[in-house]
Amino acid sequence: MISWFVPQASTFAADVDSLIFLILVIVGAWFLLAEAVLFWLILRFRKREGVRSKYVTGDVKSEKRWVSYPHYAVLVFDVVIVVAALRVWNDVKVTDPVPEETVRVVSQQWAWTFVHAGPDGRLDTADDIKTVDDLYVQQNRTYRFELHSKDVLHSFSVPAFRLKQDAVPGRMIAGWFKPTLAGDFDIQCAEICGIGHGLMPARIHVQTATAHQEWLREHGVMPALAANTGAAGQGGAR
Amino acid sequence: MSHEHAAAHEPSGLLKYVWSTDHKMIAFQYLFTGMAMALIGGFTVYVFRMQLAFPGEAVPLFGRVSASSYNALVTSHGSIMIFWVAMPVLIAAFGNYLIPLMVGCDDMAFPKVNRLSFQIFFLSAVLLTASFFVPGGAFGGAWTAYPPLSTSGVYNQTPIGATMWLVAVALEFVAFLLGGINFITTTMNSRAPGMRMFDIPIVVWMIVIASVLFMASVGPLVAGAVMLLFDQVIGTGFYDPARGGDPVLWQHLFWFFGHPEVYVVLLPAMGIVAEVMAVHARKRLFAYRTIVYTAVATSIISFFVWAHHQFVAGIDPRMASLFSVTTLIISIPVAEMVFVYIATLYGGAISLTTPMLWALAFLVEFLWGGVTGIFLGAAGSDIYFHDTYFVTAHFHYTFFPIAFIAGFAGITHWFPKMFGRMMDERLGKIHFWGTIISFNLIFLPLFITGAAGDHRRIFDYSGFPDLNLPYLQNLRIMATYALLAMIAFQVVFFYNFARSLRGGAVAGANPWKATTLEWLAASPPPHGNFPVMPTVYRGPYEYGVPDRADDFWPQYEPAGPAGQEPRLGAAGHGPAPSGAMAAPER
Repeated sequence: MISWFVPQASTFAADVDSLIFLILVIVGAWFLLAEAVLFWLILRFRKREGVRSKYVTGDVKSEKRWVSYPHYAVLVFDVVIVVAALRVWNDVKVTDPVPEETVRVVSQQWAWTFVHAGPDGRLDTADDIKTVDDLYVQQNRTYRFELHSKDVLHSFSVPAFRLKQDAVPGRMIAGWFKPTLAGDFDIQCAEICGIGHGLMPARIHVQTATAHQEWLREHGVMPALAANTGAAGQGGAR
Repeated sequence: MSHEHAAAHEPSGLLKYVWSTDHKMIAFQYLFTGMAMALIGGFTVYVFRMQLAFPGEAVPLFGRVSASSYNALVTSHGSIMIFWVAMPVLIAAFGNYLIPLMVGCDDMAFPKVNRLSFQIFFLSAVLLTASFFVPGGAFGGAWTAYPPLSTSGVYNQTPIGATMWLVAVALEFVAFLLGGINFITTTMNSRAPGMRMFDIPIVVWMIVIASVLFMASVGPLVAGAVMLLFDQVIGTGFYDPARGGDPVLWQHLFWFFGHPEVYVVLLPAMGIVAEVMAVHARKRLFAYRTIVYTAVATSIISFFVWAHHQFVAGIDPRMASLFSVTTLIISIPVAEMVFVYIATLYGGAISLTTPMLWALAFLVEFLWGGVTGIFLGAAGSDIYFHDTYFVTAHFHYTFFPIAFIAGFAGITHWFPKMFGRMMDERLGKIHFWGTIISFNLIFLPLFITGAAGDHRRIFDYSGFPDLNLPYLQNLRIMATYALLAMIAFQVVFFYNFARSLRGGAVAGANPWKATTLEWLAASPPPHGNFPVMPTVYRGPYEYGVPDRADDFWPQYEPAGPAGQEPRLGAAGHGPAPSGAMAAPER
């Protein structure tokens, strides 16, 4: 359903979409039924000459069941939705799989800095690759992300992954994703962060293993050079 | 306590418009201030939707929209429509106007507190409006005012506007706390003799429950607002992580109030709709007590759902599971309430008058808002929808029916009582259909753009390749055109309103043949309301009672040919007839 508009580019994207579809079917059916009954009653009980309204209190059990039976049904469907919603929520947010690599995502007014582990696969080493507004990841690799903010609240949102997480200054918030579809997708800041809020788009580049290795070779500079570019600021890989 | 006595204190001439203690005059003050603020709120949305449809082009009557003015416009739109339109019109205007008339007393329990309430409210509205004109402009950190953006002028670049916004909101809370005291006290202590708890019209119940809910929820936010003010003005660090504070603390305090606030405005709207439906369908409300109980249940549960606004805000994800469950639980009493309203139509004799069209439209449209909320309450799908236009569309399908559809239902229904004249039905229906159709054409496209990933509060999507697509832009343009149409149709309403004030057909005391006490008073009711204080003999919705000549049996009418004895004195759990006359001596 959502995949009509946005591709499914992570492992859990399809789960989120299925959940949305399930809810759509359930509440859609209820919605249509309720609207149908409502319109039918309006048409059926229009005022006619000489016909008085019925005196129905709704306090008798035989009348009340017209409301209480649907009411129990709502309860049952609520349980179904809660169970489905929490299963997806658990997968995406609660139980993180063992990561193969970690990226650091730093948000600030109004830019994203991404710290890639570099050829050695570890953060905070000399060969880390820092980029601004472009995140490079490898297809079918499980990533842990560490989300930071330097100033105000931001939100790291990747619609194609069905992933969203606010960044809070003073905290590191971790999460995970596993890209499945090669391509370039939008990264949004989804929490208002000041006058440049609309001006902090970024892109995530999901690369095949070979393309990603090539990118690493190109940008994974020698340790000595890495120290220099690191000191010169962020954005060496643009 | 006679009305002559009260009238002696009424200021004369123009002064009565600013210094009156008459609940009806204060209601009009709230109503007209709310309508004026709705014009400002409407103008802000006109400007920013024009920017979204035609980014970078000069907007007629405004000019080019900068990123900072875009944020200020969005923030002001949300704040104004909730705090300065929905609350004053639904709770303060209808609460003030209807409660004394419907419970059968001559004025509020504390008329001077009532006047003070409006004066503080008016001050808050002036302060908020003035913030547009200070250096840096109005606050642009969204109506939720999340710190650290809201605390620091370095971050939000509107240091003066941010503080004015905060003080204005705090003053507005004070005004509604004062008003709520009156609504609750008057309903509990000043009811006409014979009016037991379950003889109180639903709209009065709803406003009272909403006032209790407001009082119980607003405290934490006031504390939060004081801390925010200190952070802004004297440099404390309550929300500053560098100094041991926590930005997420504000979110908890804000939404602890913010979610009950939805029901604070929803319940009075549901109350208005109930009154209008009963009268124009000639039906006793289906399961009256169930409506009261579900309203109370909804209010209580609404204290346990707040963190569903914060699923992805950095709270412990296990906590989100809990709030997902409570959020879906609250759908149960609300669904029950909607079912009961629909069931009320069964067996009715429905006249599709303008107020009835609005009341029915409330149900039709609110259902959209209700069912789309499930997508957001379910934590798993909220990950995707959070902070997208899907959310915007969802809550406009709740707030627009609440603030405007129910508001128009109430205004068109009680206009004859308020001003003694009927509104024009033909103009009323043109306004109705124009507004309803354009409303749907604004927000149905926004569900789609939200599903496609449009995130909120973005003044220009051209930097986002996945969103800068022709079909999405066409939907944005369509929503904007529909908004222009909706604004244009409001001219019909204002014209109808103004013309009917003098030129409408004379209404008489009870033009709709309704049963509640306000229709016993003259139209418009004089200061003091009733020539002879009424006594109540039965419940508020006795329509279609068999074996009677009329299809309605007013609350104030002594037992007729059917031979039912007046219940005077029989009310074991209600106020004793003499004690219920305890309208305040002044």
